[in-house]
Amino acid sequence: MASLKGSRRRGIGLHLVLIAGLLLSVLPFYWAVIMSTHSSTEIFSYPPKLLPGSHFLENARHLFDNVDFFGSMFNSLLVACSVTVLVLFFDSLAAFVFAKFDFPGRRVLFALMMAIFMVPAQLQAIPQFVIMAKLGWIGSMTALIVPAAANAFGIFWMRQYMRSAIHDELIDASKLDGAGFLRQYWHVALPVVRPGLAFLGIFTFMGQWNDYAWPLIALTNPDNVTLQVALSQLNGVHGTTDYGMVMTGALLALVPLLIVFAIGARQIIADLGKGAIR
Amino acid sequence: MATAPALETTTPPTVTRPLPARPGKGVLGHWRLYAAISPFYLLFLAFGLIPVGFSLYLSFHRWDGLGPMEFAGLSQYRYLLTDSQFWSSIGNTLVIWALATFPMIFLSMVTAVLLNSAVRFKNVYRFAYFLPNVTSIVAVAIIFGSVFSTNFGLVNALLQAVGLDQVAWLNTPWGIKVAVATLMTWQWTGYNAIIFLAGLQTIPGELYEASRMDGAGPVQTFFRITLPLMRPVLLFVLVISTVTGLQTFSEPQVLLQTTDNNSSFAGGPGHSGQTMVLYFFQQTFDNNDFGYGAAVAWGIFLVVIIFSIINWRLVQRRGED
Repeated sequence: MASLKGSRRRGIGLHLVLIAGLLLSVLPFYWAVIMSTHSSTEIFSYPPKLLPGSHFLENARHLFDNVDFFGSMFNSLLVACSVTVLVLFFDSLAAFVFAKFDFPGRRVLFALMMAIFMVPAQLQAIPQFVIMAKLGWIGSMTALIVPAAANAFGIFWMRQYMRSAIHDELIDASKLDGAGFLRQYWHVALPVVRPGLAFLGIFTFMGQWNDYAWPLIALTNPDNVTLQVALSQLNGVHGTTDYGMVMTGALLALVPLLIVFAIGARQIIADLGKGAIR
Repeated sequence: MATAPALETTTPPTVTRPLPARPGKGVLGHWRLYAAISPFYLLFLAFGLIPVGFSLYLSFHRWDGLGPMEFAGLSQYRYLLTDSQFWSSIGNTLVIWALATFPMIFLSMVTAVLLNSAVRFKNVYRFAYFLPNVTSIVAVAIIFGSVFSTNFGLVNALLQAVGLDQVAWLNTPWGIKVAVATLMTWQWTGYNAIIFLAGLQTIPGELYEASRMDGAGPVQTFFRITLPLMRPVLLFVLVISTVTGLQTFSEPQVLLQTTDNNSSFAGGPGHSGQTMVLYFFQQTFDNNDFGYGAAVAWGIFLVVIIFSIINWRLVQRRGED
């Protein structure tokens, strides 16, 4: 270890660069905190404020006066939670079938499912809108929940997971004990693939929470929207006048997401890498 | 694609059995399995397959969404070919994609290499670098809108501090594109760094040791060993970022929605931030031109396919040598 001193110095330089990158990652969040805690006049002053101020509660009050913040947050939670539960159930059930059973048409059905990845959302947007209108779902959360209740990505992901995680002997043993298909799925398969389900669940929740394009056109009543749409309305109408209020909304809308991410970060980061290398 | 083993097997797994193994148990005998996979296919039929067919039908018709449909033949596609706003939206999309993707890939590669050689705090860095990717684009676009604001934005304050002129970021063609691309770079650099890092960790340490023995410096090692072995991961990232980049919508929509009173999908002054998908939304949902909107959607699909083929060729050629 002749170059211990040199390598230590290099280590410090390394961490300085990494910390600079970390600060760049976090800077926009910090900037949002700054703006959400200042009044409009302070925001428009030069040089810009770099430390938090004391107007957060005032900005929050303006926010709640201008938009049904908790109502739209409830809508977002309703959609994200419902979709997550449905996706976990339907996707893992289908994945179990594709991973562990053989039946006529299995290959064709699976290939068909994978082909759906290729179809861009715009091709479906207009007819979906028309179908939803015919069903009378436009303006309600049903229009967001039902089409998202099962997806090809989740089935593919869970199938890959189940193929390696569930051993055939395990299923054979449960068959000998007289377990039917549903018992095999519920009591044998699901407990083994909990980490895979956790990843899919967190991923689905965050995706739904952040979804914007479809809710923007499917929720036509401005009083009954998801949080992201409510935020963009706020930005559109009051954007130039009250930045403190808009920033407060943007920050508060991130809170549930950050909680979910903090819980599942390790899982997400590890599994994402795995998915890319596979 | 390997075949999954059938469940009801009594022979050892090493023995390959002919499929199907169970005579007398046809389609009806497997009804539970079909029932289990049916929710996806029913949803796919109702909200995927039928819509795609309908949008093809629609693209040959004129329809405002309410009145009767009127057959238009190929006229909407013919118009699409000469529609300068559509072509400029393709240009905008490609420019924003390039402005975002190349810095992003460079930065995330550097970050991954640094992270790979750092021993301490690796998880802290990974958490913080990943944070931008999980946050909502709407919230982030609102925040970036203020960062790039002309009068009180952080970027212009920095420019002023070093004695430069202010830039009207969200009012000039290039300013808009730079702002949108910066947002996208910020959002995806950490994500891709994590992907690259996972790739780096599959490279055996002996290779690095051998190159150090041969007297190679860190730069040489990177170009001789790291980069060639990282090609598959690099191409994966490139493919994903192309497909998502070509469908950019939320970032410019939120950032630029206030700039035009007639359409929140206009993409800023002179449509200079209007991507292909923004143009699709404008034609369809602001102008209520469902028929032409469908034609635009197929135009976008064609562009995406062309770039997917280019990507695919790239992967193929890399695989051969």
